[in-house]
Amino acid sequence: MAPFADNVARVTCEDLVLFLNACACCTGQREFYSDGRDQSVSIEFLHEYIRGNYRRLYARTLAAGVNHFNRAKIVVELLASSRGLSLEQRREEGRLVAAALRSLPAPRAYRALLALRRRGVGGRRARAIVREFLAGRDLRFDAIKYRTKLRDLVLHNHVPLPGELGGFLFKGWRERRYQTPLFETFRRAHYSDEAIYELPYTVAEGLAARRKIARATFLARITPRLTALERLRLQGAAARDDVSLDVDLGRAPLTRLALYLLSLSPAARLEREAELRAALAASARRALTAAPLALGRVAAVLDRSYSTSASRDKPRRPLAVALGADALLREASAEYRAFWTAPTDDPLLITPRGQTDLATPLLDALSWGPELVVIVSDGFDNDPAGGAGEVCRVFRARIDPGRRTSIVHINPVFDAPELGPRRLQTEGPAPVPTLGLRDAEDLPTVLAFARFADGSMPLAALEELLARRVERFVGEARPAAEEGPAP
Amino acid sequence: MNFRERAHLALTGLRPASAQAFGAVRLVPLLREEVRSDLRLGARAVEAPTLVGLRGEVQAPQLAYYSYVPHAFVMRWTSDGSPVAARGAALEDPRRPPNKRPWVELMHRMRKREAPDALRLLPLHLAMEGYLSLHFGGPDVAWSEYSREALRSGLSPRIERAASGAMIAGLDDALRTFEVHEGQTGCLVFVADALAAVFVVPHPDDYRALHRSLIHDFFGDLIYQYALCYHDVQEHAVRVDAAAVSDLEGLRAAIARGRADWREFTAAMASGVLAAPMRWEEVYRAGPFRLRRFVSSLRPDEENHIGEAIVRDSGELEYCKTFRLSAAQARRAYLLERIAAADWDLRAAADSLACSLDDLLIRLRNAGFGYLLKDHILRGLPR
Repeated sequence: MAPFADNVARVTCEDLVLFLNACACCTGQREFYSDGRDQSVSIEFLHEYIRGNYRRLYARTLAAGVNHFNRAKIVVELLASSRGLSLEQRREEGRLVAAALRSLPAPRAYRALLALRRRGVGGRRARAIVREFLAGRDLRFDAIKYRTKLRDLVLHNHVPLPGELGGFLFKGWRERRYQTPLFETFRRAHYSDEAIYELPYTVAEGLAARRKIARATFLARITPRLTALERLRLQGAAARDDVSLDVDLGRAPLTRLALYLLSLSPAARLEREAELRAALAASARRALTAAPLALGRVAAVLDRSYSTSASRDKPRRPLAVALGADALLREASAEYRAFWTAPTDDPLLITPRGQTDLATPLLDALSWGPELVVIVSDGFDNDPAGGAGEVCRVFRARIDPGRRTSIVHINPVFDAPELGPRRLQTEGPAPVPTLGLRDAEDLPTVLAFARFADGSMPLAALEELLARRVERFVGEARPAAEEGPAP
Repeated sequence: MNFRERAHLALTGLRPASAQAFGAVRLVPLLREEVRSDLRLGARAVEAPTLVGLRGEVQAPQLAYYSYVPHAFVMRWTSDGSPVAARGAALEDPRRPPNKRPWVELMHRMRKREAPDALRLLPLHLAMEGYLSLHFGGPDVAWSEYSREALRSGLSPRIERAASGAMIAGLDDALRTFEVHEGQTGCLVFVADALAAVFVVPHPDDYRALHRSLIHDFFGDLIYQYALCYHDVQEHAVRVDAAAVSDLEGLRAAIARGRADWREFTAAMASGVLAAPMRWEEVYRAGPFRLRRFVSSLRPDEENHIGEAIVRDSGELEYCKTFRLSAAQARRAYLLERIAAADWDLRAAADSLACSLDDLLIRLRNAGFGYLLKDHILRGLPR
């Protein structure tokens, strides 16, 4: 290949890696160091840049495991800018968009489709996509849980509705006694307490407040209707009202479990130590069955400084990702040791505290002689500033040029000024790759992707990986997770 | 006022650690090498304009200091080195019911002993009062230039202005995003790499409680302007010379050297406070601790700071707060000093300053002391 083409390929690869990293960790919410507005501006720019320059690859990133916020954004951007595309492109994008909408949680998918209306995107193609999306859903259930959204969507896209659905959505629940059992229950719930407990939790909650049912009574009786994630989320509220909500912690997703654990005080965690520890291990094992990972001698350098408390929009998320990664790597490695920034006897009792000194635990990890070092940190090390980057650079240049030890930096925080997760090392011939991560259970996927992030793999390999993922993504009719957007 | 003792303000017992910069504000943490619990500091909210009676009765003071006081510090100590007993929420003033807030708070004395082992002091106002009371008595000889008011009531009223922490752009964000070290008991605040304040407390737990209270302090005019003019400061990332390192131990030593460089940085950047000779006045003695306040040399062409400190008998700095005087404030105090040194004889003072009498009168008027001079003299001065 001519040198120019080589450079183009390299730049494309770098841009794509940058975009994938950013889309893995950015949710447009406030972080510790940058606020929500900076985040939004940065991620908007990235979307526009990648869509403008590499449209086909941009569409394919829908299959690459970007987070829900960005998936919805890509869907909207693709559909809003589809003028002048060839039939082939439209068809491919249509398939990807349909699969993406199926994979999103319902509220996000609805909001994305409603955003199209605000962007002025109409026409046959948009209507066809909406019809296909709605055809794959249980509309009676959505009619009572996402009533306004469904109604607006149906209205704007002229979707024909079967049976009593049209009447229920547009004329309201008061109209008549319904034949459909779910609608009838919803109507009766406005007059009788008993009917409330047959509705899903989010719908029942509002009705119970209207009928002035005591919170404790309500929670106790709605328990059978709660989904697993709702049970986890309501643990704190239930404890305050002296209601016990059984939840199988071992079946909760790893990062959600870690967030729940961190929301308890250290004293409360100590009381339930055995249960929480077992749950973390079980959840990590479940994540590994979904995405297998087998490692040898692994050291993890984990950040528990004060900046891992993030912001009110996503409290303690970086620390939860670190805790989840710790549990996952412990299960996935033959030999494993964790090195925290502030040494702790028991990772179960950690709180965000202290300065970010990554250099010391990194040096300790390297002297243990592992095959792989995973650094989980937001990249803002300040004791000394840039210490970890220098350690990596000098280690690679002078002490281990043969690369017996691999180092990977996992970053759960999007730094708006840097248009991506902040890198530890920016200089040197082979800098440590920085990868964005939102959920600890995605760690195996992200580690597999690390080969591309350090620039050693050609663009062709990345494109092939994406193509394979697209096939799998489009082929699955994966039902969405039943919960709303996570913090 | 006395301010006769001359000594340096030394960060004895404290070690600077790596700074964290956010925007134009750089905070250098100070770690205490040996933490003892026989002196503890707590804050009590006041949040009201306060009239502090310095002399005379509380209700009818002969000499008063007036300012907006956000909080008072209560210092508790034991003389024998045993740890101070925790008192929890008992920092509330028992005489002041919490829901009756007066328009103007009346306080008796800048520092007041409330219990055998508790001293209430108004932080930073203690130092400011010392500065304002410099030569406050005014002329004691009835030279012809002075007005009747000057001869009767001295320099009263002596007024200075400062910028509250809330007005320092970026300070709140810098304090919010600062990661407090384990064992940290103080910090140096630099705005655009100019020393704004020194803040030291006796115990790390006290520091964690009081870290955000820095926003309630007041800062010098220069700091306010620098915070508006500058958006960021240079980041001091550590650099390791790769050629000099051949193994992990060498790398570890190189990183440790990078961390230790902060001691030199601090000494250089804070030389206005640490290397300059200060003039001290003792305010209170409690067990092995001395509460003192200081004023710098007040030379107009140098950095000038005022402050207060609690120093242990063995020399360790337990508590400190400083304030950076603006150039105008330093000039005012310097003028007063030179005139007082000449026994308030303006002609002699003008000679000592190597300027004419008219020049000195103009300087006095421009500094804001026109009210000391007779009307016809003021009017006779050229603009």
